[in-house]
Amino acid sequence: MTKALGLLVALFALWLALSGYFKPFLLTVGVLSCLFTLYLARRMNLLDDEAVPLQLRLTLPLYWSWLGGEIFKSALAVSKVILSRDMAISQQFIAVESPLKTDMGHVIFANSITLTPGTVTVEAAPGKFLVHALTDEAAGPEGFAEMARRVAVVETR
Amino acid sequence: MYMFLAITAALFVAVILVLVRLFAGPTLYDRVLAANTFGTLTVLILSALGFVTERPDFLDIAMLYALVNFVSTIAILKFVRYRSFGRIRPETEDR
Amino acid sequence: MDPALIGLACDLATGIAFLVGGTFLLIGTFGLIRLPDVWARFHAAGVIDTIGAELILIGMMFQTGLTQTTLKLALIGLFLFVTGPTATHAVANAAFVAGIRPQRLTRNEAEAVLGDDTPEGMKA
Repeated sequence: MTKALGLLVALFALWLALSGYFKPFLLTVGVLSCLFTLYLARRMNLLDDEAVPLQLRLTLPLYWSWLGGEIFKSALAVSKVILSRDMAISQQFIAVESPLKTDMGHVIFANSITLTPGTVTVEAAPGKFLVHALTDEAAGPEGFAEMARRVAVVETR
Repeated sequence: MYMFLAITAALFVAVILVLVRLFAGPTLYDRVLAANTFGTLTVLILSALGFVTERPDFLDIAMLYALVNFVSTIAILKFVRYRSFGRIRPETEDR
Repeated sequence: MDPALIGLACDLATGIAFLVGGTFLLIGTFGLIRLPDVWARFHAAGVIDTIGAELILIGMMFQTGLTQTTLKLALIGLFLFVTGPTATHAVANAAFVAGIRPQRLTRNEAEAVLGDDTPEGMKA
């Protein structure tokens, strides 16, 4: 029930953001189409933790801003590798343990690893990820542990 | 205004470099990666052109292009891997 | 505060964001050309998709004030932020399954993750 209400509010907010008109007819049409989408989502059993991630803590934007800083740092490192004359790359496949509990936590962690330039998640196994790293610095385990710790704060209330 | 023209010029240079990789290959995955990056750059060019021509409607097109670009990347990869868009294997039909 | 001063500050913020974002963008595309194989190129594409695109969109947001256009730009940014890594992971995973391998590996722990499912040629 909470999930349905959350999805309805999010859908209508999206409608308002994209349309920008506040005439009564258009608002009615908007509410109707949101209700129809809700009905379809319910029929498809989509009202779970993945489609409506209300279980995430509200500090998610804080995590994103921290991630933005990390992305900037590693983008600088990758740019240095690209522009250096001898291109000191040492490619490696490394195993990264994921200590998270929920599926959503795993997804956020794996996507964060991929978002950071220099590391790409290649394959997933239960509790572990196979990560391709461009350089030795990008493959350091401390960075992954720090990231996993921060995702664990966000994943459940 | 001049800032948007400058960034559009930079984006066009980037698009040409990405097209070089798209045509050079050598593997299929290079091309898919370049096509995906090309789509991202197109979204940015469309947004910048919306500012240059002062028509914010371009942003809707850019948003639509971002959606189509993601779906098409996944669709190409799925087709190459399974040679089909629909049913993958009979035993996984219910999933 | 003086509106002209705020406008100047916004112009300055846009200029800095465009300069840094555009530089990362061009470095990323240059890397896409220069790096030796597809596994290294994923990281160059990551530079373009994340920091280059997001910084340029943020720079545009400074020019619109607080309007519907800003909201649309933020939505595009959020969408690229979520789908970018998913698409990169999809390409990387497809390349891995299809048997494309890096030219030279200095470390390989694929067997620790995949166990018996490790494809031939990836076993340590």
